Amino acid sequence: MSAHPDPAAPSASLNARAKLAVTAGKAAAAVSRAAGRGSGSVIGGRVALKLDPELLSRVSEGLDVILVSATNGKTTTTRLIAEALKAAGPVVSNALGANMPAGITSALADSGEARFGVIEVDEKYLNQVARATHPKAIALLNLSRDQLDRSSETRMLAENWREGLAGSEAVIIANADDPLVTWAASSCKKVIWVAAGQAYKEDAWSCPSCGGVMQRPDEEWFCPSCGFRRPQPHWALQGEFVVDPQGNPWPIRLQLPGRANLSNATSTAAVVSVFGVHPQIALQRMESVQAVAGRYESVVVHGREVRLLLAKNPAGWLETFSLIDPAPAPVVLSVNALSADGTDTSWLWDVDYERLVGHPVFVMGQRKLDLAVRLEVAGVQFQVVDSIQQAVAMAPQGRIEAIANYTAFQQLRRDVANVN
Amino acid sequence: MSESALRLVWIYPDLLSTYGDRGNVLVVERRARQRRLEVERIDVRSDQPVPTSGDIYLIGGGEDRPQRLAGERLRQDPGLGRAIENGAIVFAVCAGYQILGHEFIDDRGERTAGLGLLDVWSTRGESKRNVGDIVAEPDPRLGLPTLTGFENHQGVTHLGQGVSPLARVSVGGGNGTGDGTEGAWRDTVFGTYLHGPIMARNPIVADLLIKLALDVSALPPVDNTWYDALRSERIAAAQSAS
Repeated sequence: MSAHPDPAAPSASLNARAKLAVTAGKAAAAVSRAAGRGSGSVIGGRVALKLDPELLSRVSEGLDVILVSATNGKTTTTRLIAEALKAAGPVVSNALGANMPAGITSALADSGEARFGVIEVDEKYLNQVARATHPKAIALLNLSRDQLDRSSETRMLAENWREGLAGSEAVIIANADDPLVTWAASSCKKVIWVAAGQAYKEDAWSCPSCGGVMQRPDEEWFCPSCGFRRPQPHWALQGEFVVDPQGNPWPIRLQLPGRANLSNATSTAAVVSVFGVHPQIALQRMESVQAVAGRYESVVVHGREVRLLLAKNPAGWLETFSLIDPAPAPVVLSVNALSADGTDTSWLWDVDYERLVGHPVFVMGQRKLDLAVRLEVAGVQFQVVDSIQQAVAMAPQGRIEAIANYTAFQQLRRDVANVN
Repeated sequence: MSESALRLVWIYPDLLSTYGDRGNVLVVERRARQRRLEVERIDVRSDQPVPTSGDIYLIGGGEDRPQRLAGERLRQDPGLGRAIENGAIVFAVCAGYQILGHEFIDDRGERTAGLGLLDVWSTRGESKRNVGDIVAEPDPRLGLPTLTGFENHQGVTHLGQGVSPLARVSVGGGNGTGDGTEGAWRDTVFGTYLHGPIMARNPIVADLLIKLALDVSALPPVDNTWYDALRSERIAAAQSAS
């Protein structure tokens, strides 16, 4: 983000009411920060939006807005796009993952001299944010089951995207390997298809168009009942290379681990090419990205290296298992079921914990007993612990891979910060 | 039961596997293998015929549209009905439970025919959705301990003369009829609104199905330490929240 003479002063282009709203919002954010309730960006945005409901439209005026939505990978991809786009001009972004209208408004109010606004959007708010911000590009990465007790069914989300985006002038960058994302994007005018892969397929056996049973030979997919099929991709992830529309392969060298991040990098290259950034430049810039909001961060606890990994739903856990150190690397699992996590823990049974056989495993978190039964049935050796310190003290040698769902991850970050 | 292995059939994982229903399959399979039984697991996708020679059939929960599709496809397939005539055990959860009945309300708000394999019919509740932990006391004839689960449904299921309630709710909504009943059963066919999944929270239910399949009155004991710890925690949490 570019320097601004007074970061607290609203941009000159905002009218009086919007300025008041931004200023009041910042005051509320400062109070929230002082009270120790997090970064304050959400509460600040909420106050501001209440004073001026059209504020999100106003604060995005003059920016080339790029929206990023998905079940998984949206925070990281937003960060990668922001980094790559800096090659073309200054960027403002909701880098802390506050991805609902209030948090987005708060982030954009600080736009300063930025030319681009790179915005992560919660799946359920995509249409609303797209209407308010008139984006130039929208990246749709993946859709799969997440927090079933409170969010709507996955196919309904795809249907909502499809209806909301049908008339959009934005260039849609969509994952052609995800049938639900393809269904959502296929009514749009301008679509760039990216073969970004799909590891978790359990929500994609039923044709989103007609309900037929999907056939999935190799990387293709099609519905034999209605003919809905995978579009021909323009960009593709092949091994550890991004292949551009001309067929040129560009090597991906990320500090971020795992297949999912190779996929995120591929989508990022496709997005920033819309704004004239060459894939080679984009990929070079992505190399600098390390931890994103604490995800993938390595910390030292009592002299032991612990890597913090976030996994919120079956697709996320599957991607995470594919990147951890091989057995017998010690693994800590922590699961909560607060409202932000979803209070129904039955998703644990959609995760292949059988993959942890051979690892010494330590389970903790509010729902450690659910994990214990799941691992018992999976035939995984485990011990139940009360804290990360206890797990670290008991773990055999090797880097400790700590995998946690949403609020358990936040708790884990606080715990390791307090130890050190 | 067939000669060599326990045949465990999972109906339509492509449509009815939204709420961790795979857990029921995994727990039954695990507990059978712990008793040194061979298990043949058969996952039947909705474009495949339902085999008639299974011992235990499990049907899971799903959202409204997949439920309609599953009902349409199962109505075309005589496999499950024949299996029940052969004495097979059927255990169905939520959307699967509704499909076993005479009719349910589909995603378009229309009354849709079920399979008529349980004497129940389902309507859509007027009040708010039942979401949360549920505790219920099972029919004493089943020899089961208190049931714990997680429910998440708008549907209300009415019981006919041909079935008994599976349990009486002490915390939660159950069938949603206001009479405190939860689930339904007749002979070897069971339906319930309990997710969790139910077998993980209540492994004795998995054992019951295995005993019925083997036609035995008892099974060798297995270590239930973690199941028991989870059960106690969830029952206490549900009771203190209510």
